[in-house]
Amino acid sequence: MYWNEKYELMDRENLRDLQLERLQQTVDRAYHNVPHYRRSMQESGIEPGDIKFLDDLAKIPFTTKQDLRDNYPYGLFAVPLSEIVRIHSSSGTTGKPTVVGYTRQDLNNWAELLARSLYCAGVSKDDVIQISYGYGLFTGGLGIHYGSEKVGASVIPTSGGNTKRQVMIMKDYGSTVLACTPSYALYLGEVAEEMGISKDELKLRVGIFGAEPWSGAMRKEIENSLGISAHDIYGLSEIMGPGVAMECEAKNGLHIHEDHFIPEIINPETGESLPYGSKGELVFTCITKEGLPMIRYRTRDLSCLHEERCSCGRTHVRMERVSGRSDDMLIIRGVNVFPSQIESVLLEMGQTAPHYHLIVDRIGNLDTLEVQVEVSEELFSDKIRRLEHLGRAIQKEIESTLGVSSKVTLVEPKTLTRSEGKAQRVTDKRQLK
Amino acid sequence: MKVQQISVFLENKCGRLAAVTQVLAQKGVNIRALSIADTTDFGILRLIVDQPELAFNVLKEGNFTVSVTDVIAVEIPDKPGGLAGVLEVLDQNKINMEYLYAFVGQAGNKALNIFRVEQVDTAIEVLTKNNIKIVPGKEIYSL
Repeated sequence: MYWNEKYELMDRENLRDLQLERLQQTVDRAYHNVPHYRRSMQESGIEPGDIKFLDDLAKIPFTTKQDLRDNYPYGLFAVPLSEIVRIHSSSGTTGKPTVVGYTRQDLNNWAELLARSLYCAGVSKDDVIQISYGYGLFTGGLGIHYGSEKVGASVIPTSGGNTKRQVMIMKDYGSTVLACTPSYALYLGEVAEEMGISKDELKLRVGIFGAEPWSGAMRKEIENSLGISAHDIYGLSEIMGPGVAMECEAKNGLHIHEDHFIPEIINPETGESLPYGSKGELVFTCITKEGLPMIRYRTRDLSCLHEERCSCGRTHVRMERVSGRSDDMLIIRGVNVFPSQIESVLLEMGQTAPHYHLIVDRIGNLDTLEVQVEVSEELFSDKIRRLEHLGRAIQKEIESTLGVSSKVTLVEPKTLTRSEGKAQRVTDKRQLK
Repeated sequence: MKVQQISVFLENKCGRLAAVTQVLAQKGVNIRALSIADTTDFGILRLIVDQPELAFNVLKEGNFTVSVTDVIAVEIPDKPGGLAGVLEVLDQNKINMEYLYAFVGQAGNKALNIFRVEQVDTAIEVLTKNNIKIVPGKEIYSL
């Protein structure tokens, strides 16, 4: 079942021609409308006319999250604000939020790609889709919403939270498709069980899960507990939102919608482009985006690309499920956490050179964060009360700054591993493989 | 008049207390009194030793988190109501007691207690005024 046979099954040679044409237009537009791109291309001594082949893309410098911050809020937009019809943004817990904007055509394309993605997972107009992704600044809810409407499915925009009501709706309204984060799907399964509702009483058959890393084992667990077929969806707001890539029924990687995005794999250390089949960092270039045409955007997500034709018939390249990050970002209960944020909290609490270690685990289905903090002389007191207060204060500060709860453990100095060069700040015990 | 107490941060892990005592033993530091306060995750070891300065330095070199706190050593009549009487004096003068612990050794028919209070100087003053004997640091170290 294909939503758009012409593009999804396009032979690779024609696809490459189409990509080149769209890439040239994008680079030209970005160069002339976005000062950042013009400057960075000029510094590298290239002009739009130098992009004669697809491989020439590698001559253009990368774009990073920092570039988005430096041009906060609208500096990378390639159209005037009057052409922008939707704005989404990250939560901005690591500093300035990243802001993304869409023209009407961008939203049409987004809905189109989501329609393809949903068809890819076997969702059609006969389905009732419950969207339990958050609606709002986050791209998850609204992104999937418009794609589902385009397919013609009956959309229930439950958004996140109020889990018991979610289960009640799922059962009473006869939801056949569930879209949410994989950890929330697991939680919904647990709550349904607690409420005495068995999977046989639900009409659910398909799950569209993304926005956080998950594993094959977790997929099986979700599939068993809800009695569904779970599909992985990939996306990031900088590129578009959910629907950049989607897993088909073959469940052997996620098809990247290559008529809209050019994916690359690079060595995250050197920035060198790597051939298909190599593991590395995913880089995307948007070739149809009008509002925010990201060129060679470094996602920091680690994956691998495969060009071989898929058994589903689609010709588009497949990416493997994201296996990790090339930076130290952690996703804890759906919240993006950088160890440096914890460090700034400790600095603000009066520690001059905080030594800390983060231990992330998954107990039951819930991510846990333990922050081990070395007790320096400045923090130490001979009074228990004061030390306990210190632990609680750090915990509270982390929660209010990062939006994630943690357990703070005070440890003796020099007990946390020191390494030469980059400190190993994190032990992630979650089994995602 | 004050006594220097050495406080050491200890994780609730096997062998930590032993490690502290070994470091002190190697340098010939003798422990006169001690008390441990503990929580589920960590504890604080408080020590009265014969050579506080040396103890502080060797523990610090041994990578322990250590601090020096002024406490007072108070002679308490070794009979029922002895401690109650002393504490009443402090209470009447609104001196807040953080914690106290008993000294192992004895001085005649008196028991020795270590008091940790917020207002050390005031405490010394009122106790002395009430004829309660404070044992100076020098004497304590060489007991």
